[in-house]
Amino acid sequence: MITRYKLLATLTCAATALSWLGCQGETQPAKAGIEPQKMADALHAVMEADRTVYTRNVVNRLAKEQKVISASEHWKEEPALPLPAQMFRMGAEMVADKDAGFTYSLLSLWPINKQNTPRTDAEKSGLQFVADNKGQNFYAEETLGGQKYFTAIYADTAVAPACVSCHNDHKDTPRSDFALGDVMGGVVVRIPVGETL
Amino acid sequence: MKTKSLTWLALSSVLAAMFAIPMFFPEADIPKALERDVFLPGETTDGHYQIELACETCHTQDFSDMTSMQTACVDCHGAELALANDSHPRSKFTDPRNADRVEILDARWCVTCHQEHRPEITASMGLSLQTDYCYQCHQGIAEDRPTHEGLAFDSCASGGCHNFHDNRALYEDFLVEHASEPPHHGSPRTPERDLLSFALEQGFASETALGLNDADAPPDLPERERWVEEWASTSHAEAGVNCMDCHTGEESQWVQEPAAAACASCHELEEAGFAAGRHGMRSAVDLPPMTPSLARLPMHAEASELEVSCNSCHAAHAYETAEAAVEACLGCHADEHTEAYAGSPHEATWTAELSGAAPANSGVTCATCHLPRVPTDGGPTRILVAHNQNDFLRPNEKMIRPVCMNCHGLGFSMDALADEALVANNFRGKPSREVESIHFATVLRWELDGRVPTQDQKETERQ
Repeated sequence: MITRYKLLATLTCAATALSWLGCQGETQPAKAGIEPQKMADALHAVMEADRTVYTRNVVNRLAKEQKVISASEHWKEEPALPLPAQMFRMGAEMVADKDAGFTYSLLSLWPINKQNTPRTDAEKSGLQFVADNKGQNFYAEETLGGQKYFTAIYADTAVAPACVSCHNDHKDTPRSDFALGDVMGGVVVRIPVGETL
Repeated sequence: MKTKSLTWLALSSVLAAMFAIPMFFPEADIPKALERDVFLPGETTDGHYQIELACETCHTQDFSDMTSMQTACVDCHGAELALANDSHPRSKFTDPRNADRVEILDARWCVTCHQEHRPEITASMGLSLQTDYCYQCHQGIAEDRPTHEGLAFDSCASGGCHNFHDNRALYEDFLVEHASEPPHHGSPRTPERDLLSFALEQGFASETALGLNDADAPPDLPERERWVEEWASTSHAEAGVNCMDCHTGEESQWVQEPAAAACASCHELEEAGFAAGRHGMRSAVDLPPMTPSLARLPMHAEASELEVSCNSCHAAHAYETAEAAVEACLGCHADEHTEAYAGSPHEATWTAELSGAAPANSGVTCATCHLPRVPTDGGPTRILVAHNQNDFLRPNEKMIRPVCMNCHGLGFSMDALADEALVANNFRGKPSREVESIHFATVLRWELDGRVPTQDQKETERQ
């Protein structure tokens, strides 16, 4: 009788162990997510490419070179193209409306609209960093409104003569000596990370 | 203690009865005043009171669900905000960089600034916030705009200079561009309506006019001759629209009194505007139609039970737009502004047009300003009559571009609309106050151009 119990106990233990091992075997390794920096870099690559194409091949070509249509801040009022910065901001607003899991904005140390001045510590440090270190990006973590964010800042560079002339000549510009290739501001990409605090 | 318990019991019984009676006796006639007193936590704003007993229009989910409430706001007001190029869209406030501002003023939600049922804290435009709210984000404005030094923050939106949402006529470059316009344009005209060409393109109308012998009303229709004669002289007959085009049911049978849907089958945009506006918003949420007796504005007693529909302004068969543009309005509305129309400068232009002494589209009617002719959006541009007066009503700066500037300069328009007494007397006289923003913008432009004005020049510009 005792032997039968021993056998039953042994089988039970063995089954438990096997099932545990089996479970272990079935468990898939946790899927590695995309690192926030990699995601931010990828998002920015798309933004930068689209922005450059629009600036060079649409606005600069049609408005500055071929002069077939103008580009205007008041494009809704006139038969004119939206300015590249406006195009970029309209996209950012549409993404914000979709609650897509990230936000982006276009800021500057020399903004035409003062609401686009850096506000957070990361924005202030990052915009200064990309202006001082051409070709380098700035990455930081910051907590805003109880949520932690991975924040990436990329230089926004004058890629066409239209960028330079428009900013230098604007009535509200705080800086009028931009040259082609200069860093004029920065694209700020924010990705929420971790739990809401 | 006993008294307290009895009071609770009595209140609970009333509430239970209010829920139970409609549930078990749907046809029971519960006095509206009682429904209002029991269910409404406080007086509703002017914008919503007409539909205050259709609670589910705004409260689509449970009362704590901010997202569903926001969706309800946007469902009714979103299109107008988009059209107005909203200066403060929600996306501005969902941006994490503004989280610190949102902690002070959570403008992600409409109800932060527009609480309902709170008359004790609600000002004009349904604003339930302190009127100096602009300060929270724009306290440094005087650094960028020295002209704003010392201006009170509760005057930003009340002084005729700015609005929170709609600044289409108020932004700086627009002010500068139109700064030197005279009070009146040389030969002012309202835009020509384009309904017929729109209807022809859409296939609602035909280029072949119909006459008495073409009418397809049933031969045995009582008083057929009279109805057909009325129809034959209208723009409907002229545009090839026959009797059965309106008087027809789902199975092509004759319908004696067509519903609003019959009008909407051709006049879709007009009907949509009507349903979104003050005249049709009750019908749109399946409440009994609006009547003057339900209005908060003064109305003529004899019109009090008139149910507002397409035909209350556009008399059936005649569809006389001239009558709909003035007489129909005056038949119900009895406020000071409306009563002052007779004998006003605007009325004089309308009288002159009607008599042939002045050209077409030079007269100013009630509809010219409150149901204006505007370009349609999202398709081939057509000038149609907008039937949602809310889009052009409050704040009245919304009227500047689509209405006033057809005939008047920008500065005069802004000044006139900011003068409450002048609005009340239907613009008899000149504006007694000046909205300073055009002056500010002009001086700023001079300074930016390197033409720093002297104080005397500034004063001259101001004048």
